[in-house]
Amino acid sequence: MLNNLDRCILRYLQSDPSAPMAEVAEQCQTQSATVARRLDRLTTRGVLKGQHAVIDWTALGYTAEVSLRFTLDKTNPKAFDDFLKAARHIPQVIAIQTFLGRVDVRLLVIARDMNDYQKLYRNEILNLPHIAELEALMHVATIKTAEALPI
Amino acid sequence: MSVWDATDFAILRALSRDATQSAGALGRVIGLSQPATWRRIKRLEQAGVLVGRRIELDAESIGFSVTVFLGVKLATKGRVSLEDFERAVTAIPEVQSVQHVLGLYDYRLRVVARDISDFDRVLRRRIMALPGVGNVEANVLLSEERMPGPI
Repeated sequence: MLNNLDRCILRYLQSDPSAPMAEVAEQCQTQSATVARRLDRLTTRGVLKGQHAVIDWTALGYTAEVSLRFTLDKTNPKAFDDFLKAARHIPQVIAIQTFLGRVDVRLLVIARDMNDYQKLYRNEILNLPHIAELEALMHVATIKTAEALPI
Repeated sequence: MSVWDATDFAILRALSRDATQSAGALGRVIGLSQPATWRRIKRLEQAGVLVGRRIELDAESIGFSVTVFLGVKLATKGRVSLEDFERAVTAIPEVQSVQHVLGLYDYRLRVVARDISDFDRVLRRRIMALPGVGNVEANVLLSEERMPGPI
């Protein structure tokens, strides 16, 4: 488990991932070397899995973001595998999630505009295997997106 | 129409996998000099394509073993109720992201919890207590894959 210093470091890095070590150390009342050592340990233990850049797709011209929620035909034992394999080949799919609940799989897709989305929907999405039911949620606005853990 | 070329996309792909790489290391992989790579990264930042970084933590090893997506339908509508709801929901630490959507639901929330009984507490005490909440649908996340996207 994490101790208080680990929590402090991770909390700070969650809010500002590019913060210099010295700043993190000062905030958590310790030395830079200690912060570096802790981060190494957290990485080795698999707690800290990495750091990735956040891309704003609208700035690249992808203005439409749609959440597609699928219920699959589970009478076919390979439904999940087939579906996921096919979905991974669609470049506009930026996230794939599987669920326990009324929804089996959710695909997050982006498109340049509604016209582009319509094409993607007809030519790629509807061709995915074993779809029993499908509903779409169009994203209007992102209100909160930090995805920070309450540590 | 795009001002970005294949090299810019290669930089985006690489940084969305690992944002800790230096411009020099990244340049060696994609065959550019350190200053040329640095200039392209700056250009992507200035254009608002690269909007920041995010550290990736293993939620499970920190003790958050449950992630649930909630579809929330508001019972009462109107501009005031949307703002009240948004202000209250973003203040809940367990709520990682909030999206305003069009479709079956009004909002999509990503919620983390320590276990199912902790989730029950968050749902009853926090979510159901939000102003204007009507119907709520919960789907428990089983797996998640992030894809590089159309770059």
